[in-house]
Amino acid sequence: MSDINSNIPEGELTNKWTKYKSSVPLVNPSNKRTIEVIIVGSGLAGASAAATLAEMGYKVKCFCFQDSPRRAHSIAAQGGINAAKNYQNDGDSTYRLFYDTIKGGDYRAREANVHRLAEVSANIIDQCVAQGVPLAREYGGLLDNRSFGGTQVQRTFYAAGQTGQQLLLGAYSALERQIGMGKVEMYTRHEMLEVVKIDGKARGIIARNLITGEIERHFGHAVVLGTGGYGNVFYLSTNAMGSNVTAAWKAHKQGAYFANPCYTQIHPTCIPVSGDHQSKLTLMSESLRNDGRIWVPKKKDDTRKASEIPEDERDYYLERRYPAFGNLVPRDVASRAAKERCDAGYGVGASKLAVYLDFKANTERYGRIEASKAGIHNPDKETCMRLGTAVIKEKYGNLFDMYAQITGENPYETPMRIYPAVHYTMGGLWVDYNLMTSVPGLYCTGEANFSDHGANRLGASALMQGLADGYFVLPYTIGAYLSKEISVKAIPTDHPAFVEAEERAVGILNKLVNIKGTKSVDHFHKRLGHIMWEKCGMARNAEGLNEAIRDIRALRAEFWSNVRVPGTVNELNPELEKAGRVADFIELGELMCIDALDRNESCGGHFREEYQTEEGEALRDDVNYAYVAAWEFKEGVQFELHKEELKFENIKVAQRSYK
Amino acid sequence: MSTGNMNLTLKVWRQKNNNTKGALVDYKLSGISPDMSFLEMFDVLNEDLINKGEEPVVFDHDCREGICGMCSMFINGRPHGPKDLVTTCQLHMRSFKDGDTIVVEPWRAAAFPVVKDLTVDRSAFDRVIAAGGFISVNTGNAQDANNLPIPKMHADAAFEAAACIGCGACVATCKNASAMLFVSAKISQLALLPQGQPERYRRVQSMVAQMDAEGFGNCTNTGACEAECPKGISLENIARMNRDFASAKFISEETI
Ligand SMILES: Cc1cc2nc3c(=O)[nH]c(=O)nc-3n(C[C@H](O)[C@H](O)[C@H](O)COP(=O)(O)OP(=O)(O)OC[C@H]3O[C@@H](n4cnc5c(N)ncnc54)[C@H](O)[C@@H]3O)c2cc1C
Ligand code: SF4
Ligand code: FES
Repeated sequence: MSDINSNIPEGELTNKWTKYKSSVPLVNPSNKRTIEVIIVGSGLAGASAAATLAEMGYKVKCFCFQDSPRRAHSIAAQGGINAAKNYQNDGDSTYRLFYDTIKGGDYRAREANVHRLAEVSANIIDQCVAQGVPLAREYGGLLDNRSFGGTQVQRTFYAAGQTGQQLLLGAYSALERQIGMGKVEMYTRHEMLEVVKIDGKARGIIARNLITGEIERHFGHAVVLGTGGYGNVFYLSTNAMGSNVTAAWKAHKQGAYFANPCYTQIHPTCIPVSGDHQSKLTLMSESLRNDGRIWVPKKKDDTRKASEIPEDERDYYLERRYPAFGNLVPRDVASRAAKERCDAGYGVGASKLAVYLDFKANTERYGRIEASKAGIHNPDKETCMRLGTAVIKEKYGNLFDMYAQITGENPYETPMRIYPAVHYTMGGLWVDYNLMTSVPGLYCTGEANFSDHGANRLGASALMQGLADGYFVLPYTIGAYLSKEISVKAIPTDHPAFVEAEERAVGILNKLVNIKGTKSVDHFHKRLGHIMWEKCGMARNAEGLNEAIRDIRALRAEFWSNVRVPGTVNELNPELEKAGRVADFIELGELMCIDALDRNESCGGHFREEYQTEEGEALRDDVNYAYVAAWEFKEGVQFELHKEELKFENIKVAQRSYK
Repeated sequence: MSTGNMNLTLKVWRQKNNNTKGALVDYKLSGISPDMSFLEMFDVLNEDLINKGEEPVVFDHDCREGICGMCSMFINGRPHGPKDLVTTCQLHMRSFKDGDTIVVEPWRAAAFPVVKDLTVDRSAFDRVIAAGGFISVNTGNAQDANNLPIPKMHADAAFEAAACIGCGACVATCKNASAMLFVSAKISQLALLPQGQPERYRRVQSMVAQMDAEGFGNCTNTGACEAECPKGISLENIARMNRDFASAKFISEETI
């Protein structure tokens, strides 16, 4: 069934990567110095790749739209990073991490990529510790671990609730070291607006200096996009305000296939929407589910305060429905279960679109342990709560503070109110085993590609993937391509392909400022987000998706005739930046709905109401849909489907069960 | 859904670019909800301005959850506003009263030139890090992470120093525009860990030299930086940096 080649090496699953690494063609040091690589993105995926490639001797240019590479959205990751270290001696292994990831992804990921990810996971932790990343430790001085959803081992490494920050600062410091040595040229406050292709190969980019508005041309023998996820297509998400799909989308329009766009992760534990003014949603890390129990009242429309609802009138619905995994079921399962309860009228809070995440039982349990350590026998409840609160504070202090800041409520005293929110996008640019897109010389890493998480990503696996791609995978695989490019001299940027790409980019910018319509960019973005959330969100059906496609097309037409972008193109103009991004989100939104409509099954984050079991669980169709949907862009915003068949040779495909 | 009823007067610094002079401009806002974040209040202002055909206020922000360090407003004379341990984006309107007048300015420091309105250029921080804020280890071949046990106390202290988000509030609040808190946080993180020892003295010298070259002022121990730091970075870090800097002078050239 496949009509695209994923270039997976031959041989045993467990040997593929080792063999590949030792047989991949190399580029000799003197040639590396003349080979230029462009890396767009300075998050975990981009910064790690830029630093590593520069260390290896390539000439690197790195781009980000923030004012410093350290501010890429990876900085916001809270909970942790997985690695198959088995430090806890609880039976973890490369195979188990591989297995959990394939199963967690609802059997829609490529075995060879996921196995490689599990293989290099342990090296990531070693590398980060060597850089001075202060991961959490136990009193014995060794690294600590916590549990995350979808697994029964403790393999998650963390730094309080700031794991992404610490890992990114590690990668950033490695990157700054190379910048200081003159081996990486860093372009901050630059936005990539086009890919330049010459004779079918990616040979550079067009970028806009966001301060001056100047358009720049940059040549590279290869181009790498580590530009993050597109969750902001929903307007409200846990992503940063600037997170966008533009780089990936422009690449898509130049021939890079976009894979599985409809696979979106809705995270179960986020702070609920509080009003129309809301500009973004804030995640409460999955690690909280280690110690928090999720419940709603057993009675419909119960208006009592949480503290007034007695134990036997609470429905711990995850523990009830999934006794084996309880509160630690994967995200898609937990999110749908919360939606189910709220839709059925059991939601809490003013909006009724929230459930409780309650730390009381575990606070008391920790308090009892602390009391016993301190030699207090038969401690009273108050002592337990006081001592236990200190433990909870050490583990999750910054998250609790953030919750209090945003909601004005004290989570140490009342349970948190949480609701699912858009968080991560498993879909992205299609890449082969080498992380190369369908455009030769154009690579894609991190959240921006589709590669490792199938239809649902497990918690703490995105940081792992971003760093695996950047530190340990791309530096090898890109060599295979570059070794054949050593005779190519840097192409001058007055080449017609650069001129043409620049014209495309400038054309769009000028068009946007000249529409001079009546509605702001945010106005359109919010409307797009509303359509996507209602019709292509946690639950989808054919009728809604068809409506959404119609609505989005109409919205696109209205946007291009009535958006108002103040200011000019020759200055710092955030409205213009947003306008370009929203224009791309609108096109992407349509493709997401088309993809969701094409996939007549439910799997992971893609839940089609027509396809569910009697108990309301996702019902896959492995006979007809065990493929990656890779879409090709066609003139006039049309899309053509290509299929990459997924073959499971090492794992028995089964109905996913967490019961 | 909450609808707001707060009325506010804003005095916002408007400056077209670094070559022009700026000034405070008054704006009236109504219908603000106490549940809004400070930046969402600015979103309302900007939406108003756009609808009126005026230019919106340019300000830096990205994560809006207090971790990227991008937001940077000087609010009523304090960086990140009236609440302790909070970034601008995590400040909420419930910290203000109906009828308040709020003055909003950019960070002010010679080393942080204004780019436009409330946006400044903080790239000096990156250059200080590039001068030595790292451990010189290439990717690959790192030993097993648990071969290097680190006492929890040291690891925790390093983590606390590493919590700095690079926002620059410490510089903005300091009458000398000193960057000592920021620089010492990075130096401390690495000096507290065994991995950071080989380059410890060399690092402090090169980072301090770069800090001076960027035009940041001296530290006169007023402690305003610690008081305004949204991440609670402690003055102890400055003391540690000063000790290391003094020690570095006594260590012979070759070892540094
Ligand atoms: C709140 C939150 C918490 C999370 N917690 C966890 C967790 O605990 N564990 C986990 O494993 N994962 C977590 N994730 C997911 C994980 O953080 C991300 O998937 C991952 O960090 C993405 O890294 P990245 O390098 O691919 O992209 P990003 O970090 O988003 O970086 C994108 C980069 O691309 C640049 N860029 C984008 N477009 C352009 C353009 N057009 N031109 C120039 N530059 C551009 C940006 O400037 C930026 O430097 C979390 C995500 C969120 C939102
Ligand atoms: S030390 Fe504090 S105030 Fe200064 S940059 Fe770091 S976080 Fe901001
Ligand atoms: S916007 Fe990221 S810290 Fe405020």
